[in-house]
Amino acid sequence: MTPRALCNTPTLFAFTAAFAFWAGPSFAAEPILVQSTTSTANSGLYDHLLPQFQEATGLEVRVVAVGTGQAIKNAANCDGDVLLVHAKAAEEAFVASGGGVSRTDLMFNDFVLVGPASDPAGIAGGEDVLAALARIAESGSPFVSRGDDSGTHKKERALWEDAGATPGDEAGAWYREAGSGMGATLNVAVGMDAYTLTDRASWISFGNKAAHRIVVEGDERLFNQYGVILGNPEACPSVNAEGGQAFIDWLLSENGQEAIASFTVAGQQLFFPNAPGHD
Amino acid sequence: MQGFGEILALAFDLVLSGDGDLAEIVWLSLRVSISATLLACLIGLPLGAVLAIARFPGRNAAIVLVNALMGLPPVVVGLLVYLHLSRAGPLGFLGLLYTPTAMIIAQTILIAPIVAALSRQVLEELHAEYAETFRSLALSGRQTLAALLWDGRFALVTVALAGFGRAVAEVGAVMIVGGNIDHATRVMTTAIALETSRGNLALAMALGVILMMLALGVNAAVHSLRLTATRWSHA
Repeated sequence: MTPRALCNTPTLFAFTAAFAFWAGPSFAAEPILVQSTTSTANSGLYDHLLPQFQEATGLEVRVVAVGTGQAIKNAANCDGDVLLVHAKAAEEAFVASGGGVSRTDLMFNDFVLVGPASDPAGIAGGEDVLAALARIAESGSPFVSRGDDSGTHKKERALWEDAGATPGDEAGAWYREAGSGMGATLNVAVGMDAYTLTDRASWISFGNKAAHRIVVEGDERLFNQYGVILGNPEACPSVNAEGGQAFIDWLLSENGQEAIASFTVAGQQLFFPNAPGHD
Repeated sequence: MQGFGEILALAFDLVLSGDGDLAEIVWLSLRVSISATLLACLIGLPLGAVLAIARFPGRNAAIVLVNALMGLPPVVVGLLVYLHLSRAGPLGFLGLLYTPTAMIIAQTILIAPIVAALSRQVLEELHAEYAETFRSLALSGRQTLAALLWDGRFALVTVALAGFGRAVAEVGAVMIVGGNIDHATRVMTTAIALETSRGNLALAMALGVILMMLALGVNAAVHSLRLTATRWSHA
């Protein structure tokens, strides 16, 4: 085949046709695109929920799992129909800016501080997370931060501030920002015998715990609320508002809330539904 | 930490179990990366050929530029494509973000410079060798181009394989523009990244082994095609 033959119309047509076939079929009902935090995806919650939702409604849900910060930015770019994240202040700011229709509480769990068995800061077994963080800073024990503007990262920064021990630049030696998702950060923490803050769902379903374990839990400051938001079709005409609303309605319904409660990993419930009217 | 033997066993178990999800992911990986390789060849081979034989002002700068673009970081390509395909971007109306098509576009941008730069090198050497013959036959520019592409076809297949290797192995670009959506845009590399972040290191590694076997299979298939073609042309 000569280069000229490559450019004539029938050949181009054949290439396009072949490409269209190869690139795959299009879908009849528009799938619902969810911009989500990683903990819900990595723990397997969606694998548990979505088949039930699909059976109930026949609708397909597609999940993009990124940190809460990135999920909100993606939704602000109109690249999602539903936002499911865990940083209430940022979520409310997103709704106030017109990016989302309204925010509803969906479920909760809690954060835990995990660390190496050697426990260099001597904080294992405690309940006061602020005291524990202050001890880590004082002793200069290695701590890995998400450093990615995720919901967990926002929480961690707020806790350091409350503890009066906000790591500054000079903390570089013991305070390390991984700049990655929860799982990658846990891998780093395990690898360098460091403490880190994680949501309980990610921790329980994490498969590379090695000798790491929970050192601090149970402080009410470690409460972790997940919220759900429908993208605003006025700001983003591409938003699949009908499908997105159907998904949110189902999540908040008796069936959806029960489905969330019945999800367990290793015999433990990871998320506790608390939609309004379902206490 | 699991031994490598265990990981290999896990990889074989995965393959032999005929897991539907795995087949889907493998098929999408191949579909995306082979499409990107074909498109990159459509763009890169003519570009490489022109850079090899045409003489024009700024040619050296163009060659340096194309060579430098071989080092494009996948994550930067991913961001670039994301910014264009996002609903907020100039091509957002196409609704291509988070589709295999977006992944093909990103990988094509990633590897077209590799195909162009390497084919330029191959064809320039070939051209230097045949320049006298071409002149004596009084071939036109287009005929020269066609003759070079044909004579260099075996080396160019290796060039295409280099592009395919880069495409099928990258994770940065497809993660951003594909979104690693289960049953929609999850490919081998994003699945490996996901299992790593779940702390399932043995499973992640087993998927890596399967990806390597896949690359091996594609290369072996191309190589045997080439052997058959060589035998055929000598028969």
